[in-house]
Amino acid sequence: MTDLSANAAPAKRHGASLLEQNARTRRRNRAEARFRGYGIAAIAVGLAMLLVLVFNIVSKGVGAYSQTFVTLEVELQESKLDKKGNRDIEEIKKVSTFGYAPLINSAFAAAVKEGGLETKLKAKDQAGILSKSAPAQLRDYVIANPDKIGETVSFRFLANSRVDGYLKGRVTRDSIANDKSISAEQLDFVDQLAAAGILKKTFNPDFILGSDASDQRPESAGIGVSMVGSLFMMLVVLALSLPIGVAASIYLEEFAPKNWFTDVIEVNISNLAAVPSIVFGILGLAVFINYMHLPMSAPLVGGLVLTLMTLPTIIISTRASLKAVPPSIRDAALGVGASKMQAVFHHVLPLAAPGILTGTIIGLAQALGETAPLLLIGMVGFIASNPPDSIAAGLLSPNSAMPAQIYEWAKRADPAFYERAWGGIIILLVFLVTMNTLAVILRRRFERRW
Amino acid sequence: MPTLWLVCLLLVLAAAGFVMGRARALSSAGGDARTLHSLPNYYGLNVALTSLVPALAVLAIWLLAQPIIVESRVSKLIPAETVPEGSTIGLVMSDVRRVAAGLDLVVDAGLLTVPEASGLRAEERDVRALLGEVGVALGADVRPEVLAAAQRSRMLNHTGGLLMTGLVTGLALAGLGWAYVRTNKDFRARNVVERGVLVLLIVAASLAILTTVGIVLSMLFETSNFFRLHDWKDFFFGSTWAPNFRGDSELSILPLLWGTLYISFIALLVSVPIGLFAAIYLSEYAGKATRALAKPLLEILAGIPTIVYGLFALLTVGPTLAKVFGKGGLLGVEWMAGATSVLTAGVVMGIMLIPFVSSLSDDIINAVPQSMRDGSLGLGATRSETVRQVVLPAALPGIVGAILLAASRAIGETMIVVMGAGAIAKFSLNPLDTMTTITTRIVSQLTGDTDFASPETLVAFALGLTLFVLTLGLNVLALYIVRKYREQYE
Repeated sequence: MTDLSANAAPAKRHGASLLEQNARTRRRNRAEARFRGYGIAAIAVGLAMLLVLVFNIVSKGVGAYSQTFVTLEVELQESKLDKKGNRDIEEIKKVSTFGYAPLINSAFAAAVKEGGLETKLKAKDQAGILSKSAPAQLRDYVIANPDKIGETVSFRFLANSRVDGYLKGRVTRDSIANDKSISAEQLDFVDQLAAAGILKKTFNPDFILGSDASDQRPESAGIGVSMVGSLFMMLVVLALSLPIGVAASIYLEEFAPKNWFTDVIEVNISNLAAVPSIVFGILGLAVFINYMHLPMSAPLVGGLVLTLMTLPTIIISTRASLKAVPPSIRDAALGVGASKMQAVFHHVLPLAAPGILTGTIIGLAQALGETAPLLLIGMVGFIASNPPDSIAAGLLSPNSAMPAQIYEWAKRADPAFYERAWGGIIILLVFLVTMNTLAVILRRRFERRW
Repeated sequence: MPTLWLVCLLLVLAAAGFVMGRARALSSAGGDARTLHSLPNYYGLNVALTSLVPALAVLAIWLLAQPIIVESRVSKLIPAETVPEGSTIGLVMSDVRRVAAGLDLVVDAGLLTVPEASGLRAEERDVRALLGEVGVALGADVRPEVLAAAQRSRMLNHTGGLLMTGLVTGLALAGLGWAYVRTNKDFRARNVVERGVLVLLIVAASLAILTTVGIVLSMLFETSNFFRLHDWKDFFFGSTWAPNFRGDSELSILPLLWGTLYISFIALLVSVPIGLFAAIYLSEYAGKATRALAKPLLEILAGIPTIVYGLFALLTVGPTLAKVFGKGGLLGVEWMAGATSVLTAGVVMGIMLIPFVSSLSDDIINAVPQSMRDGSLGLGATRSETVRQVVLPAALPGIVGAILLAASRAIGETMIVVMGAGAIAKFSLNPLDTMTTITTRIVSQLTGDTDFASPETLVAFALGLTLFVLTLGLNVLALYIVRKYREQYE
């Protein structure tokens, strides 16, 4: 090697020194910078998409948590509600919601007079700014408290979704030109009421706790009941997929001999993990509903379908955490006389538990957000108006689930529902973020590095 | 819910068996656990498992088998000549089921007693009105043979239920008794229990196979029904998708397949460059801190439920695109009619797939041995030259596998296309047109009231089977390529 440098005369470079870049090097360096720029741009685009998505969800969804309410003093006139005056609950029940509408009209008239408001609107049109649920709300109150008849009670009514949209900026005076359900005069009236403090936009707990409402009343739709449906589905998923998944993984990881049967199972599980979720929906419809005649739209069926979908995820993560337990633990247990089964159940499984739990939570989070299979087993398109009253009803009576409810709202024509769909997504994401954070914390806290 | 009570009863029996078995073993050893063959709990577990497991297994099998047996018995009651023109035995049977369920409701509501319900004659009483009272709406009056079949099916189900309860309880008691009698201090309880547990573990592991078999069988069965009602040549080679619930539909998969592939192609066009460059940057250029921050952030995109992307497509991306390309838009062109289009769905799906492509490619690029990079850099290549000329060619098979996996994801994706792609099946090259996909049509054919005797419903199963085969094929191919590639460097 040494003679090479001794014999060769220093090669003449093409008129350039090492300290100065020639055109080719500059070009190569530019290409390098460009390439690096592409990489940064790609990550920036990805992160920007995330940002846009989150911003979009939050900015459009926050509105769903506040709602416009009108506070009115309503005189529960005995002459209208209980003509005979004997407070017989059956007779009070005979007064339909139509019978309550005049009470609201006169309450508006009183409010206008008291506040010194000026409006040319007729009493009926003044009451038109309220939700269609207002008379029913009044009626429910009177039936629950018949002794209040004759008194004047303060009520907080939901405003119509158009009025609500006007206060939130979704509805403008231009956009209602062809709208039959609200007029410009009514909006003037709304402005006056807002100035007088009768009409206010405040936090609306009913969106989080309440049930879905019909197409006509977007203002009173809530996600609470479908949240209960999701909860019951997750209970089914947890109760089935955790034991079955763990048992399957223990067999495959600890006991299975290497033969064709084990191979078939392994290939099967990895393929099932990649089957489109809608295929599981088809399976659910064909087997659970059409063949086994389980009730349509029941959270039990949803839970079963999601269990089949979640199982591969749980099996894959459980096997990884079983594999992470070092063989020395097993050897030590076997060495002091434990049987193979005892070594696994008494020593390996407890050590793998944090990993299994993390995998299960992530699997559940996936199942919680899944929508497509639920469409096929009928968890959209109807309104469950009350939360179930028992566990059996919770599992078997028709209900919706959070993502299915969001889809249902997104399909409706009234833009007032879109806000609720975004609002529902905020709740869904809060659940998912909580579950994933929990999984990360569990992993950090309990995972052992061997 | 008698089945639920039955399960509860079995659990109570098992719990009692545990206590009894444990006590008997201890007493046979004179209260000294040291002379027992196994730990005392194993004796209890032995009794509990022997009582519970066979009974539960029989219960499960019975619940699965009863509907088929009842169905086949009952369908014999309906003579072929009474099936109306243009209907099938399947349609009549669904009527029978509805009437039977209605009769159950009538009895529950107390409108009829049980013997009255089974003695009901269609000639004597208006069954349709009766069922209407409990909220079961029927399309036509109930014919005598349908009512008779419904009553027969109710009776069979009832006796079946009684038999099942008896058999299962008997089995549980027999198991309990047998295991209890066998319990004494020399009985090898641990070995027996462990063998039993192993069997349970094997059964749990086989459930994965059962699921696949269930998927394939249920779809194969309904698909074969579909091809009996509809010409297979039209399904595979026709050119029009025009379902018509009055019959005589044209149901061809080709326009749907075209829409599916077109949308997936656009999704890959978005996700592959972005995902690949992100992966290259993260694995070759980024420092530890950047990587630790950017990678999890990107992966959040993969954890967001598809319904969120669907809503994003429907309410944000679609209207934005319409503002640019639509009527009265920024460009002043009128290329887009509404918010839904191939581009809308494709772009949003592409965003969803970015982390999928990037994390798979990241793994694969990291698997390329460092020595290859060092060799290239040592010869004077810049980093980008190393990546392009050494790392990427070495990682190419793996990256192709990753892209195939992403493609399979895109083809099977449902919510984004249901909300973003539209509902019109056509062959078009214009990415601003609305088009429809296989998954969208499955959803629309199977939601709402489904009638399992019409080709318009059954076609969904044929579509589902095609989808299953397509995605499975892509997955198997991709996994094969990735695995082969991994072996190369290990």
